[in-house]
Amino acid sequence: MFKAAAIGQYYPGDSFFHRLEPRIKIGLIAIYVISLFLFNTYRGYLAMSLFTLAVIITSRLPYKLLLRGLKPLYFILAFTLVLHIFLTKGGTVLFQWRKISIESQGVISGLMMAWRLVLLVMTSSLLTLTTSPIALTDAIEGLLSPLKPIGVPAHELAMMMTIALRFIPTLLEEAEKIMKAQMARGADFESGNLIQRAKSMIPLLVPLFISAFRRADDLALAMEARCYRGGKGRTKMRVHKITGKDWFTLVAFAGTVAVLLWLKF
Amino acid sequence: MIQLQDVSYSYQLDEEHVIHAVSDINLTIEQGEFLAIIGHNGSGKSTLAKLLNGLLLPDKGVVSVDSMSTSDPDKYWQIRQQVGMVFQNPDNQLIATIVEEDVAFGPENLGIPPAEIVSRVEESLSQVAMLDYRHHAPHLLSGGQKQRIAIAGILAMRPQYLVLDEPTAMLDPQGRREVMDTVSRLNREEGITVVWITHHMEEAVRAHRVMVMEHGRMAVLGTPREVFQQTELLQSLHLDVPVITRLGQLLAQDGFNLPPDVLTVEEMVSHLCP
Repeated sequence: MFKAAAIGQYYPGDSFFHRLEPRIKIGLIAIYVISLFLFNTYRGYLAMSLFTLAVIITSRLPYKLLLRGLKPLYFILAFTLVLHIFLTKGGTVLFQWRKISIESQGVISGLMMAWRLVLLVMTSSLLTLTTSPIALTDAIEGLLSPLKPIGVPAHELAMMMTIALRFIPTLLEEAEKIMKAQMARGADFESGNLIQRAKSMIPLLVPLFISAFRRADDLALAMEARCYRGGKGRTKMRVHKITGKDWFTLVAFAGTVAVLLWLKF
Repeated sequence: MIQLQDVSYSYQLDEEHVIHAVSDINLTIEQGEFLAIIGHNGSGKSTLAKLLNGLLLPDKGVVSVDSMSTSDPDKYWQIRQQVGMVFQNPDNQLIATIVEEDVAFGPENLGIPPAEIVSRVEESLSQVAMLDYRHHAPHLLSGGQKQRIAIAGILAMRPQYLVLDEPTAMLDPQGRREVMDTVSRLNREEGITVVWITHHMEEAVRAHRVMVMEHGRMAVLGTPREVFQQTELLQSLHLDVPVITRLGQLLAQDGFNLPPDVLTVEEMVSHLCP
């Protein structure tokens, strides 16, 4: 049951996109997402799709992984499509039955909206697919640290992410163990309606929470014993340097997108 | 040298209930020594461990590490760097998702320059024979391996003292042996002072000195030979003697010519088949 939860879906590789500095990568994705909402022509969409395709091909990511990332989206995609098809009017009437009509403009904008969502999710998942969790937390810490003076806890957030990533597999394993132990005592996790099933989770969640708190206690002690005293005066084993190539990539991408938008491409 | 002078520590449960976890301990842990602390559950041995690096501060008395008192707030971090600590549950003391990142955690906290951290991580991982696993995720390793990673994480801070609080309690026999051998070697070859807390008597046999705790007090202190021949005393404290020592004593009762302090199988063999 817990195997389905694929977390830290990093797919190691040595491609151009893999090697980009993580902070620059986040910047690229941010520009991509914003411009995706500014484009509203076929050609614009085509250009953005080509960008995504180019990254997917050069980073040699398996298509299956990308499609798996879209799975939670199927429902929203269908919903968007249906809403647009029935509600957006304009163009030629394709189908008419009493008051319900499907018009060509609806089909077109439905498809475009759905495609926009697909691009959005696929491209953002490229970030987590090509960047190790550690590099990603470092990047987030790096990007947030200029905001430290106004009270953004950059280091603490990164530390929380690291610890969460470290303990997710441990806690999943433990949940499975507790579940089996409760099943051995006759607990039933699989039958009944939604509410009954939610209720049957209580004998799983209570011990899991207690043990999580105990682990947190132990961990805090172990961190203190290893001289942890917050982000102040701390160094890092891995130093990520933004090279000229990274900057060039960012500027070139931003420039291309800006020119395309300016030309109303 | 770690010195404890009349050290006491108690936990206040509520207004009326106070648990005296450690009472009036006087102890000097010498440089390069291997000291084992044994005692049954609740005898105060874990509390004593936490007093050694200032995780807990004594209510009474003084704990000093290389003549720095643990009660001196200016010395907290220096003491914790000098006195490394390994805990019982290997899962709950690893912080990072990658082995080498975890080992780097201590030196990073100390503000060591990045290039030196890299060399320290490599050195510590090879000291515990885990260098091949540097890019692995800790949750996929065995208990003994995780515990060795935890030891490497401490070694990377270059401590003089290593305090291990029941490091083998959650391990299988294989893992127990791995950890025990690693720590013995560190003591022998690197001269690191070891304080090993356990309730496995067989592990205490390897120590230079054994301290037995009971109700927060020191019951016996001496070499393993001196301590383990006091079978009756140990049994009255609900502790066992090593199986081989007990066997020797039973055989002696049946007329074999054996001393009461046989500690290892090799010794037993040399006595029985001279």
